[in-house]
Amino acid sequence: MDSDPFAAELESHRRYLTRVAQLQLRDRDAAEDVVQDTLFAALTGRDGFSGRSSLKTWLTGILKHKIVDAIRRKQRQPIIASTFDEEVDLEDFDPLFRDDGGWATPPAEWGDPESALSRREFFDMLDFCLEQLPPNTARVFMMREVMELDTAEICKELTITANNLWVILYRARMALRQCLEQNWFSGQARS
Amino acid sequence: MLLHRLTHMVSCKEATRLISQSEERRFSLGERIKLRLHLAACTACARFERQLAFMRDAMSRYRK
Repeated sequence: MDSDPFAAELESHRRYLTRVAQLQLRDRDAAEDVVQDTLFAALTGRDGFSGRSSLKTWLTGILKHKIVDAIRRKQRQPIIASTFDEEVDLEDFDPLFRDDGGWATPPAEWGDPESALSRREFFDMLDFCLEQLPPNTARVFMMREVMELDTAEICKELTITANNLWVILYRARMALRQCLEQNWFSGQARS
Repeated sequence: MLLHRLTHMVSCKEATRLISQSEERRFSLGERIKLRLHLAACTACARFERQLAFMRDAMSRYRK
């Protein structure tokens, strides 16, 4: 297997896949398991790789199914529902806004954010900020933004209402925006 | 006065919720108008909307 160039190429994506799985599952062992399954499935099913998409995109697609399976298995022991309630406090006080709903701390000017997209350090910071999110909030956000599941699929997988989902995604985006602003767009980090 | 009332039908807090939800669901005509009017008058929320769009773009590159 060591001499197989395809296997070596697969291996080069292990770190990325593990990072994605870890953010989703919040469990190192479970993350390593789904990545192992994914790489094995890719190796044995290599004929399914058409080369039309990048290998990374193809692997992410396989990983997505493995993660959904893992979450489904976990769901049988209903741990998620209760922790979700804690993370989704609808009446939560939001210090960013005044009582009248106006901004207390308006968003700062980010300059030319697109230039950050070509910088590796920016994605390290993005990782850091994702890790700061509460576990279930991060999981839902990744399902939406990385795995690109639609609202109905996520609600079904996690047995939550659409309204809950919107609140969780809103929280995730607010927290992520603030983290990026403070740690990347605040001035010194950008230049 | 009328303009002020039109652009303040939603607060900034509500506007940010709508901006986030616009990535998940289709809005009614009324919601679209309320949000557009607010964004036309509120530079902070318009900036927030651009930042969220940028974040979505960044997340889609994270995938690749």
